[in-house]
Amino acid sequence: MSATVSTIRQPLIEGGKTYHQITEDICTPTERTPSTAWVIAFLFAVTGLAVYVFCLAWTIWNGIGTWDLNRTIGWGWDITNFVWWVGIGHAGTLISAILLLFRQKWRTGVNRAAEAMTIFAVICAGQFPLIHMGRLWLAFFIFPYPNTRGPLWVNFNSPLLWDVFAISTYFTVSLLFWYTGLVPDFATIRDRAKGIRRKLYDFLAFGWTGSAKHWQRWESLSLVLAGLATPLVLSVHTIVSFDFATSVIPGWHTTIFPPYFVAGAIFSGFAMVQTLMLLTRKVLNLKEYITLEHIESMNKVILATGTIVGVAYLTELFIAWYSGYIYEQYAFYNRVLGPYWWSYVGMMACNVISPQVFWVKKWRRSIFVTFFMSIFVNIGMWFERFVIIATTLARDYLPSSWSYYTPTWVEIGLFVGTLGLFFTLYLIFSRVAPVIAIAEVKSILKSSGDQYAGPNAAHQHAAHSEAH
Amino acid sequence: MKKGANEVLFGLYDDEEILLKAVKQAKNDHLDIMDVYTPFPVHGLDPILGLSESRLHVAGFIYGAIGCLFGFLFMTWVFTRDWPIIFGGKPYFSAPAFIPITFELTVLFAAVGMVVTFYVICGMGPGTINPTLDDRITDDKFCIAFNTNDANQDAIDRLKGFFSATGASEVNTKTI
Repeated sequence: MSATVSTIRQPLIEGGKTYHQITEDICTPTERTPSTAWVIAFLFAVTGLAVYVFCLAWTIWNGIGTWDLNRTIGWGWDITNFVWWVGIGHAGTLISAILLLFRQKWRTGVNRAAEAMTIFAVICAGQFPLIHMGRLWLAFFIFPYPNTRGPLWVNFNSPLLWDVFAISTYFTVSLLFWYTGLVPDFATIRDRAKGIRRKLYDFLAFGWTGSAKHWQRWESLSLVLAGLATPLVLSVHTIVSFDFATSVIPGWHTTIFPPYFVAGAIFSGFAMVQTLMLLTRKVLNLKEYITLEHIESMNKVILATGTIVGVAYLTELFIAWYSGYIYEQYAFYNRVLGPYWWSYVGMMACNVISPQVFWVKKWRRSIFVTFFMSIFVNIGMWFERFVIIATTLARDYLPSSWSYYTPTWVEIGLFVGTLGLFFTLYLIFSRVAPVIAIAEVKSILKSSGDQYAGPNAAHQHAAHSEAH
Repeated sequence: MKKGANEVLFGLYDDEEILLKAVKQAKNDHLDIMDVYTPFPVHGLDPILGLSESRLHVAGFIYGAIGCLFGFLFMTWVFTRDWPIIFGGKPYFSAPAFIPITFELTVLFAAVGMVVTFYVICGMGPGTINPTLDDRITDDKFCIAFNTNDANQDAIDRLKGFFSATGASEVNTKTI
C-alpha cells in the first residue's frame, strides 16, 4: 500500500519499525509482570477508589445532607464534577470519530487510549447525577418503563431527562465503537498467548480471524459509527448545557451555552488526553508511537479550543452589559467581582491566558510545558463549571436568600474518589488491552513510518515513484 | 462453512504489496481463492478479490429510521393519548422538545443494530472461537487460502506452483 505522502509531513511512527516490531512493542506491556511505576500508580488509584467507596457509602447512609448544599445552592461540587467529567470524555470521541472522518492519521497513535478515557470519564460523570438524586435505589425511575403507577411516564420535555438519554446513548455507542476497534487487537494478543491467557483472549477476541470480508465490514462499521458518534458527541454537551440554558436563572439563560460548552469539553478532554499520553508513553515506553508530532497536534487543538472558550467568556460579558438587563448585568458583575472572584480568576488564568504559550512552537513540542499545561487546563475547566454553578446560585433574585457555599469533606472525597476510580480503570485497561490500536498503526506504517516518510526516509524516492 | 471439514492449503506472504500482486495473479489464473487473511485492512484488496461493497450502512440507516420513528411517536403517544400533562403551559404535542431524545434514540438504534448485525453476519461474538490458519496472521503475515477438499494432486501442485511463483514465504496445510 503505497499511499501518496506529502514531503512536509512528519513521520508518525519512529524507529524504523516492522509490522512484527509494532506487535511486540504494543503487546509486551500486557504480557510482562507490571513495572514498579505501574504498581505504585495502581496503589494510589485504588486508595482513591477506596476513598470514593467510603464517601459514597457515607452519602447514601446519611443522605445528601452531608454535603453543604443549601437553599439556593442546590448544585455544588457534584454537578460541577458531573459536567467536568462528561467534558473530559469528549476528546476521546473527537479523536476517534471526527479525526477518522477527516482522515487524520495521527489519530491512530492515541485513539485507543483516548476512547478508553472517554468511557471511564463517562462512568465517573454518571455517578454524580445518580447520587445527587438522594435515593440511589430509586434511580431507575428516570427511565420511561411501563410501571404500576398509571403508567406514569417521565417528562420528555425536561432537559434533565434529555441528559439521561444523551449520556446513556453516548456511553453505549462509545463502548461499542471502542470494543469493535479492540477486537482485532485482542486477536493479536490471543494468537501470542498461552494457557489461561489464551482462553481469556479467546473470549475477548470474539473469534476474529482477519478475513478480508470481515475487515471490509469492520472498516465500513467504523466509518458509520464515526459518522454517528460525531453529531452524538456534539449533542451530548449541548444537552448538558441545556440543563442550564433552558432555566430562567440570569447567567445561565444564554444561547451561547451549547457551542461554548462543546468547545470547553474538547479543550478539557484534550488536556486529559495529554496528561494520560505523556505518562503512558513514558511508563510503557511507547515514545516511538506517541511522538512529539502527536503531542504538538493535540496542543494545537488545545490552543484553538482554549481561545474559542476565551472568546465565549468575553462575549458573555459583552452581551450581559449590552443587554441592558440589570439582573443579567448583575449576574456577570457578581461572577467576576463577587464572593467567588477567585474562581473566576482561576478560570481565566488557566483556560484563556495560559494556553497562549502554545503559539510558540518550542513550547508546543516541550513535554514539560505540555504536562503542566494539561494539568492547568483541567483545573481551569473545573473552575469554569464551578463558576457557572456556584456563583450564579449564590446570588439569587432575593437578596434575603443569598448565601455562600463551601464543600464538606464528603464532597471533596467524592471528587478525589472519582479520580481514583478513573485511574484504577485506566491502569487496568493498560494491562489488559493494547493502549495503541495495533492494526490501525500498521495500516499507516507505509505512509507515516519514519523509514518511508519525513526527512530520514530511506525509501522515499521508491515510495514516491510507486505512488501513482 | 462447516467447521473441521475443510482441507485448506495456504501461503503466507511477508508484505501486503506482494500479497496484492499474488491475489491479482490468482485471479488471472482463475484460481478459486477461499479467503484472504491479513493483520490489518489492506486497501485495494477488495476490488481485486471481487468483494462487493458492504451493505452494513444500509442496515444502519434502517435501524436509525426505526429508532427515530419509535422515539418520536412514543413520546407523542404518551403526551397526547396515554397521559397528557401540562408542563409550564406548553402544548401537549410540543415537537421541538421531543427532538433531543428522538435524535439520541436514532443514534442508539443505528449503532447498536449495526454492531449486532456486524457480529452476527461475521459469525463472531463473545466466546466464539473460529479456527485460524496461523497465529502470525494477526501479527505480520498475509495469507491466501485455498480450499482443497475436492482437489486432486495436480490441482494441489498447481496451487503450490502459484505460491512459489508469487513469492510466498511459507506454504502449509491445515484442516479447519
